[in-house]
Amino acid sequence: MKFDDSVRYAKSHEWARADGDEVTVGISDYAQDSLGDVVFVELPEIGARFSTGTAFGVVESVKAASDIYAPVDGEVVAVNDALNDSPAAVNEDAFGDGWLIKLKLSDASQLDDLMSVADYKTYTEGLDD
Amino acid sequence: MSKQTPLYIWHRSHGAKIAPFAGWDMPVQYHTGSIQEHHLVRRAVGAFDISHMGRIHCTGPEAADALQAVLTADIHALADGMSSYALLCREDGTIIDDVFVYRCDNEYLVVGNASNHERDLAWFQRQMAGYSTTITDRTASTAGIALQGPHAARLLDSLCDGAASSLQRFGCRELSVHGVPMLVGRTGYTGEDGFELFPPSAHAEAVWDACFAVAANEQIDFGPCGLAARDSLRFEAGFHLYGHELDDTTNPVEARLKWACALGTEFTGRAAIESAMNNRTTRVLVTFVLTEKAVPRQGYDVLDSRGHVIGVVTSGMFAPTVEEYAGNAYVMSEHAKPGTEIRIDVRGQQKAARVVKRPLYTPSYRG
Repeated sequence: MKFDDSVRYAKSHEWARADGDEVTVGISDYAQDSLGDVVFVELPEIGARFSTGTAFGVVESVKAASDIYAPVDGEVVAVNDALNDSPAAVNEDAFGDGWLIKLKLSDASQLDDLMSVADYKTYTEGLDD
Repeated sequence: MSKQTPLYIWHRSHGAKIAPFAGWDMPVQYHTGSIQEHHLVRRAVGAFDISHMGRIHCTGPEAADALQAVLTADIHALADGMSSYALLCREDGTIIDDVFVYRCDNEYLVVGNASNHERDLAWFQRQMAGYSTTITDRTASTAGIALQGPHAARLLDSLCDGAASSLQRFGCRELSVHGVPMLVGRTGYTGEDGFELFPPSAHAEAVWDACFAVAANEQIDFGPCGLAARDSLRFEAGFHLYGHELDDTTNPVEARLKWACALGTEFTGRAAIESAMNNRTTRVLVTFVLTEKAVPRQGYDVLDSRGHVIGVVTSGMFAPTVEEYAGNAYVMSEHAKPGTEIRIDVRGQQKAARVVKRPLYTPSYRG
């Protein structure tokens, strides 16, 4: 299981990596491992706005369709179109090629509400019991 | 409290994701994921723990007559050393379960779905009460191991002195596998060549381990496969799964299982099935592929091109070998022709789909 220390984590297992006023969002390696093979990813249109905790897309695995939630408020400025042809990138490289969208941050302080890698590790260990 | 198969500890210690299924703790997938497991079975050989499936043994002078009364297949025509797919139907033709029946040394083994085992057993005991036959539940005393894939015969031959490849498709025999006597059938539910082994529970792990040892020695590409791969393999091959394509309301005609009903014999439900064949069925099972990417799931509505509901999805997934987002559905008969344009309601969005010829994947042993 990989835990990337350059990102912040939501309880619903999305990660957020800030770069200036933009934040890249994906699902964690823990999340992709729990879901199993990802076979389809449904992503929003550029320009759509989401507030923290609202569903912005769906990850479909062999098992089930799972909503994915915005970890911060923001407007979609990019979507990972490559996932259309290779959804398995979410399994293979959850923190890299498997990224989902980029949001333009409306309030950078919201990143502080997300978990650090250490807190997220502890959080996931609690879930496995 | 879920039941555990004799291989449960093995699954746990080999990276399986375990989930409850029909009252059993079963492996859903292992490390490589269910899609790789699916490809492994199409390419080489995979092993499945099918110990959860119900195993009912019937013996005695009237065993064949008793089974004929409850199974849709022609039991009297089933040669010793052969097996057949069959249905258990109620008087009104609806399906209680779909099973495989093996005849070996004039004894019969009926292998059914785990989810239906208790009621299959109760149905047998009631319907067969007037016959001189002994019905024994062998689900706990035996295990079930399926070796499936084009290299399954080579693997199993090494464990039984070449006896495996002497079996024809659907043939079955008592064989000594790794020194353990057991019923072996050249059967399976994946669309590939393969075998199903029913060893005594106490020897299940030794036999399972021996398969891995032989594969390693002979450099056969081999691995364990879970229920998720089993589902995608059977789906592509056009095989029904109870709880999806079959349930308490379906009859064999709408399920396209007329071929499994020997109407020249007498079995419970025969008259109702014959009458359903002579009447136009209102709904029928179809396979469809999405022409617009989306994953169909059981329970999603099927719509016609004007947006009217015409049916419901029974199974759906990304099918790994044919590389299609595809599903099965019951639709009103007038929409069942291959080529018909339909839509699937995927969480409120209508996605374009097309009815296609079944099955998506032609089993490799046919042809």
